Amino acid sequence: MLSGKVAMVTGGSRGIGRAVSLSLAEAGADVAVIYAGNRDAAEETADKIRRVSRQADIIQADVSDAGQVDSAVKKILESFGRIDILVNNAGITRDNLMLRMKEEDWDRVVDTNLKGVFLCIKAVTRPMLKKRSGRIINISSVVGISGNPGQANYVAAKAGVIGLTKSAAKELASRGITVNAVAPGFIETDMTAQLGEEVREEMMSQIPLARLGKPEDVAGAVRFLASDAAGYITGQTLHVDGGMVTS
Amino acid sequence: MADTLDRVKRIIVDRLGVDASEVTLEASIKDDLGADSLDVMDMILELEDEFSMEISDEEAEKINTVQDIVTYIESRA
Repeated sequence: MLSGKVAMVTGGSRGIGRAVSLSLAEAGADVAVIYAGNRDAAEETADKIRRVSRQADIIQADVSDAGQVDSAVKKILESFGRIDILVNNAGITRDNLMLRMKEEDWDRVVDTNLKGVFLCIKAVTRPMLKKRSGRIINISSVVGISGNPGQANYVAAKAGVIGLTKSAAKELASRGITVNAVAPGFIETDMTAQLGEEVREEMMSQIPLARLGKPEDVAGAVRFLASDAAGYITGQTLHVDGGMVTS
Repeated sequence: MADTLDRVKRIIVDRLGVDASEVTLEASIKDDLGADSLDVMDMILELEDEFSMEISDEEAEKINTVQDIVTYIESRA
């Protein structure tokens, strides 16, 4: 389905990013795993990719730093020769009530979760424009649509990603590049594992499909949007949330 | 000069889908040849490949006519 394609996945070492990397590899793509700090986890993802006989590379980069993003893209082009698919998955949280939220917590989250997406899109646009084809998939969140107390920074950034997705889609459509977002609901990852039992039960009561999502659920949506089957879809946000948010 | 102009012309015809006869030295890329900003970006990328050079955003913004492109490339050769 994706054989001969090269994917760049940010935040690819763990959680949703790892599942996405593996899913794209299983569909035939070679994958460059971008990670911020956890080298061992990134290596583990790369090993799993190689086990399905695809090429994998790990590259450390802070997506909020233009210089690091540009050099990561350069490295990928040198070792893989092309970039067909970009998955902007890297994200962090610094949750707090707004009254208690430090300016730095706002900046860090918006820099990584929103500016990082912009910088990565900007960096891969050049090679994609030249080839007149490309797939860009941004991981947003349903809280970017519904809002969530205690996550003003995260929610603002994730809502921003949806707007950025729409603009990029319109800007790049004439050159055969599609840009879509995936908005996961509550997915079982390290990020949500820290939540207490009470919060989990409260969450569960809001999910019509009555279970938390798995990283693989999100990966399936990403794989679809990266495939030829999604060639006529751009500027959209696909919810992967068990029916939690339906508008 | 003639060679540079021919190569530039070929790229413009190919990227902007205009007739070769329209691509005169005085022709403005945007006003006369109907390129939008993404077309210009596209053409610049193609010129970079063709002439193995990098054209900075600042330089790209100064380009208006076909002559500007030829002059710029010749100055870098």
